[in-house]
Amino acid sequence: MANGATAGAVQQNVPRRLIAFIVRWTTATNHKDIGTLYLCTALLNLFVGGTLALCIRAELFVPGLQFVEPNFFNTLTTMHGLIMLFGFIMPVAVGFANWLIPMMIGAPDMALPRLNNMSFWLLPTATVMLVSTLFMDGGAPNFGWTMYAPLSTTYGPPSTDYMIFAVHMLGISSIMGSINIITTIATMRAPGMTWMKLPVFVWTWLVTAFLLIGIMPVLAGAVTMMLFDRNFGTAFFDAAGGGDPLLFQHIFWFFGHPEVYVLALPAFGIISQVIPTFSRKPLFGYRTMVMATILIGFLSYIVWAHHMFTSGMPYGAQLYFMLATMLIAVPTGMKVFNWITTMFRGSISFETPMLFAIAFVFMFTFAGCTGVMLAVAPADFQYHDSYFVVAHFHYVLVNGLTFAFIAGAYYWYPKFWGRMYNERLGKWHFWLSTISVNVLFFPQHFLGLAGMPRRIPDYALQFVDFNFISSIGAFVFGFSQLIFVYNMMVSRHKGKPASDRVWEGAEGLEWTLSSPPPHHSFQTPPRID
Amino acid sequence: MSEPTPTDKYYIPAASHWPILCCVALFTFFAGIGRWLHELPSGPWVWLCGVALLIVVLFGWFGTVISENLSGVYNEQVGRSFRSGMKLLILSEVVFFAGFFGGYFFIRLWGIPMLGGEVHPITSVLLWPDFSAEWPLLTNPDNGRFLGATNLGSPWGVPLANTLLLLTSSFTLTFAHRAMAQGHSATLKIGLFITILLGAAFLGLQAHEYMDDYERNNLTLNAGIYGSVFYLLTGFHGFHVLVGVIMISTMLGRALKGHFSRPGDHFALEGVAWYWHFVDVVWLLLFLFVYWL
Repeated sequence: MANGATAGAVQQNVPRRLIAFIVRWTTATNHKDIGTLYLCTALLNLFVGGTLALCIRAELFVPGLQFVEPNFFNTLTTMHGLIMLFGFIMPVAVGFANWLIPMMIGAPDMALPRLNNMSFWLLPTATVMLVSTLFMDGGAPNFGWTMYAPLSTTYGPPSTDYMIFAVHMLGISSIMGSINIITTIATMRAPGMTWMKLPVFVWTWLVTAFLLIGIMPVLAGAVTMMLFDRNFGTAFFDAAGGGDPLLFQHIFWFFGHPEVYVLALPAFGIISQVIPTFSRKPLFGYRTMVMATILIGFLSYIVWAHHMFTSGMPYGAQLYFMLATMLIAVPTGMKVFNWITTMFRGSISFETPMLFAIAFVFMFTFAGCTGVMLAVAPADFQYHDSYFVVAHFHYVLVNGLTFAFIAGAYYWYPKFWGRMYNERLGKWHFWLSTISVNVLFFPQHFLGLAGMPRRIPDYALQFVDFNFISSIGAFVFGFSQLIFVYNMMVSRHKGKPASDRVWEGAEGLEWTLSSPPPHHSFQTPPRID
Repeated sequence: MSEPTPTDKYYIPAASHWPILCCVALFTFFAGIGRWLHELPSGPWVWLCGVALLIVVLFGWFGTVISENLSGVYNEQVGRSFRSGMKLLILSEVVFFAGFFGGYFFIRLWGIPMLGGEVHPITSVLLWPDFSAEWPLLTNPDNGRFLGATNLGSPWGVPLANTLLLLTSSFTLTFAHRAMAQGHSATLKIGLFITILLGAAFLGLQAHEYMDDYERNNLTLNAGIYGSVFYLLTGFHGFHVLVGVIMISTMLGRALKGHFSRPGDHFALEGVAWYWHFVDVVWLLLFLFVYWL
């Protein structure tokens, strides 16, 4: 009788516990809970977007059409781009911001915790709407993530309207998130935490948040005009009514180029925390680091048309955008040299986060060099819309930024969960990823220089070898990421308990808290001297 | 530093169900518009559900914040956070309008002259040789698909009246704000009421002007780029005025309940005032660049 009652209670408890679980996570206002939600969603979207990428690489394994229709191939490239940018790499950065900024500045939480919850939950809401387009009549958007008019207006499938609304919601989410981050940094710093004592990660996020506020409304405006052109007979992007398709490109890239730095700056911030720790030296040139961040943020606003060199701009404009773009190499170079100088004569140890950080410095610098090549207007006429561009921005986003975020994940994992990850698995993950990601993307430079265009499901026979190699790299890289997931999930319970400081050379307020830190990091502000 | 007092501690709100409900409301709202645009019969109903839920959320969420404020759990830091948040929200709105204005100037100073053959004459010859570049653009390159407006209203009629209405409303709102700071609650209520009337009058005149443009001037959304830009800029501005009027009405309702009876600075009214002045400045730019020049 007693046994039966207990069993009944347990059975009743399962739905109740499920409801409690759902309520806990949907109504969360704690910055760590929301940070965790962001990071988990980002990881999930990484695999969704990654699966689409593997479909693309499977189709391109050999020439000819094997698995997908050409139109579906176009939806694959479009959705891969949108999901990876808006669903993976932006949320992963916001996840780190949520977890770390309050701890780094000595605050108990974000300044506007309820708004924080809304910023997060709009993200899965919008992602659901975006992914649902795959199952609609006429298929998902098929015009590339850049949504160029008239492909998206006159020729876009009906589901484009839902993509527009998804972008609107993602925009609201990013703007609210940025408002929250700036406000937190402005009003919640512990006494004595002056601007020039902020950790570089906080600085990079401050500039990033301002960039987001300066571009997301513009993107919202662009897709709104697109919506009107599609449904209400306006002529913004239609020359027959006096509009201009180039207007869309200008507005889109005014958003699109700073967006690159929205993604890159938080990654720079993470690297600027990781490298000093494992070099056991303070960051070289803190002031120049801050200045370079602000300079990159400013310059990123005024270089957008280097994405449009082949659109028939006047030569004067081409010259200006070429030179302005090259200027960005200066503050970025300052950062790279500062990281290298930080390592110089340090007592370096090569734990997994440091390995990923060093790989980041190498591969991101390489990506920056191909970026300077692309910035040269006359040369860009050759590279434009080829696999060279694909290789360039995947070196930035995968070999560069994704590596930085993985470095951050390993670096703060023991702090977040109180247990060490498995170092041996981490090293396996590092070496497999680093080798395979170069096998994946390095040959694509040659493909592009030889003239293979992007966004096509089939190709000429001279491109067979490099595509074959690239696809092998893609599958190895994709499946190596499962090691990471396994490591993160298993170490949560089986890892060795971590100390508060975790790393011998770690500096900063977050390491003064216990591992894992208390629910509300600093109930009363710490004094910084 | 002295001993920490309770107000030195941070204020941390408990878990809340309003944000997630707000996300559900927005999803329903947008899904409803999507279905409506694709002429599915459920569209308007889904949209209405979204709107209704959104209204519930706004009442619930703001109600929570107001009652927390009245119960005195907020401190100086919360006030600063709210103010910073509002300023940044307005900044994002500035950028939103700046994007539209940028598009407008691009079309007017670059797109139209290009179509007229000013930079590469061959473009014009090959596409629409009869097209002549002018602004405002009344004859579109393809005037069959996009029938241009027949004529345009004068800026010195309704638009000028609207300018005066909004400018006056900014003064009356400042007046009300001052009255609140000094504790004159009757003046506060009168000031808010007049501001609402002026805002509503603006909206009425704007609607009247739109109807006039549609019926007599053939200035429609389909009238080519001039109609597109005109309705985009003035329409979004009008929507912001509508939101502002609703916000000020809320403030009036709160004032009637005696919420602002304690003299001093009240964030809600201050934030609404900033927002109203921002809407006012946008209108001045609209009047200058869209109607006048």
